[in-house]
Amino acid sequence: MSMTFLADLVVILAKILIVFLVLSVLVIFIVWFERKVVAHMQSRLGPNRWGPFGLLTSVADGMKLMFKEPITPITADHVTFALAPGISMLAAFLAFASIPFGTSVLIFGHRATFEIADLNVGLLWVLAMGSLAVYGVVLAGWSSGSKYPLLGGIRSSAQMISYEIALSLSLIPVVMSAGSLSLRTIVHAQSGVIGSIGWLGPVGGVGKFIPHWYIFYHLPAFLIFLLAGVAETNRPPFDLAEADTELVGGYHTEYSGIKFAMFFLAEYLHVVTISALAVLLFLGGWNGVTPNLPVLGWIWPLLWFVAKVFFFVFLFVWLRATLPRLRYDKLMAVGWRVLIPAALTWLVVSGLAMAGSV
Amino acid sequence: MQQVVFGIVAALIVFAAVRLVTTRNLVHGALYLLAVLAGAAILFLLFLAEFVAWVQVLVYIGAVVVLLLFGLMLTRAPIGNMALDSQTRPLAAVVSLAIFGITSTIVWKTFKGQTVHFSKPNTVDTLGRAIFSQYVLPFEIVSVVLLAALVGAVVLARKEE
Repeated sequence: MSMTFLADLVVILAKILIVFLVLSVLVIFIVWFERKVVAHMQSRLGPNRWGPFGLLTSVADGMKLMFKEPITPITADHVTFALAPGISMLAAFLAFASIPFGTSVLIFGHRATFEIADLNVGLLWVLAMGSLAVYGVVLAGWSSGSKYPLLGGIRSSAQMISYEIALSLSLIPVVMSAGSLSLRTIVHAQSGVIGSIGWLGPVGGVGKFIPHWYIFYHLPAFLIFLLAGVAETNRPPFDLAEADTELVGGYHTEYSGIKFAMFFLAEYLHVVTISALAVLLFLGGWNGVTPNLPVLGWIWPLLWFVAKVFFFVFLFVWLRATLPRLRYDKLMAVGWRVLIPAALTWLVVSGLAMAGSV
Repeated sequence: MQQVVFGIVAALIVFAAVRLVTTRNLVHGALYLLAVLAGAAILFLLFLAEFVAWVQVLVYIGAVVVLLLFGLMLTRAPIGNMALDSQTRPLAAVVSLAIFGITSTIVWKTFKGQTVHFSKPNTVDTLGRAIFSQYVLPFEIVSVVLLAALVGAVVLARKEE
């Protein structure tokens, strides 16, 4: 074991710890953020008792859930019932292993990049881990041994498989443009500006002020990704797996205490993951629209990234506050008849455009 | 190091595979199938085929087994320790032994005594080039077979009008 190996090991472990802690705190904060935003959209005050602006409400809620009695129904399949929330959390956290969130920083002469591992198939890793998330829901639904959770589990398995196809297909044009599955390379491919746009004629110079982000090239793919992403996270208006008006609480009806909290946290982690993916693939990642301020160094890109991610988190909350839940058959129809053909069409169109420009 | 990991993973795969066919609970069976497929993904990783490994997770674990569970829950719910034995064990044993025999003979005859060196990881680039140049015919045949299966499933599932 050489010294560099040990140093690498320490850096990796430190990164894992930091990412884990930051994400945990972030998720607790997002729960508060969502309650507050939804409250204001509905002309209420929202949580305001614990801490400034009610910031500590989620912490108090977490404590409460931790000390509650975890109840296991007598008809439940005990091992799977205990396993399901763990799988949910694990899949949600693992997806972050290859998400880069900034450039790099020099610590003690060691250049540390802002991600745990830069896989050259990073995008595939995030998608694969996202596809594992469905197991938490399906197994929770089945193992509860009661009918509402089972219905929630069935709905969610069909929904997540269907929307995963549209989600993956919508990302292929971006991968084709960047020529890589590595998220860091995809972000690098989006630096700079578009430059003069020939077909716009005299006003083509406007392109010199538009950043070279893939959203300006693949807008249809971006919209498909966003819709499918909301469906993948089981968030309103696609929260058919929970559907409290029809299924009591859906797949987590029988869960209580800390196990329920784990499902809750996993859902918000997925929101952050999808937001981060949208930023990395379509909005240039940590590339800002202003030149980098040399004084701030690595902080500036990081700030851009966090700001963009929070925009998408806000979008998720906004959708929840304003849109009614889709009917189940409509949901499947949208997925199969609209999103997948649209994603395929855009794939062919961008493929032709790329072949034409070579 | 690689050999040790291979041994452990292979043992786990065999154990899960045996439990898969002996367990009485269908959903537990599906979970053992999951373990087998995850083990296969780890084997791909050992052969430095990163892309294939994660595609294995995405397609088989993330979609095929979920679809299987979906089918089980839709048709056999509530699923418990039911006797779902079709009493065809001898036939099943013959078929699976035959498949094992044929595939292992083919693998043995093709790769006997060969040493494969993994100097650099299999990138998506080399894989794509191989599929769409050298192996384009098998690729197309597999696509047609899958398409036929898809159409067949739709025809079977469609109600007579």
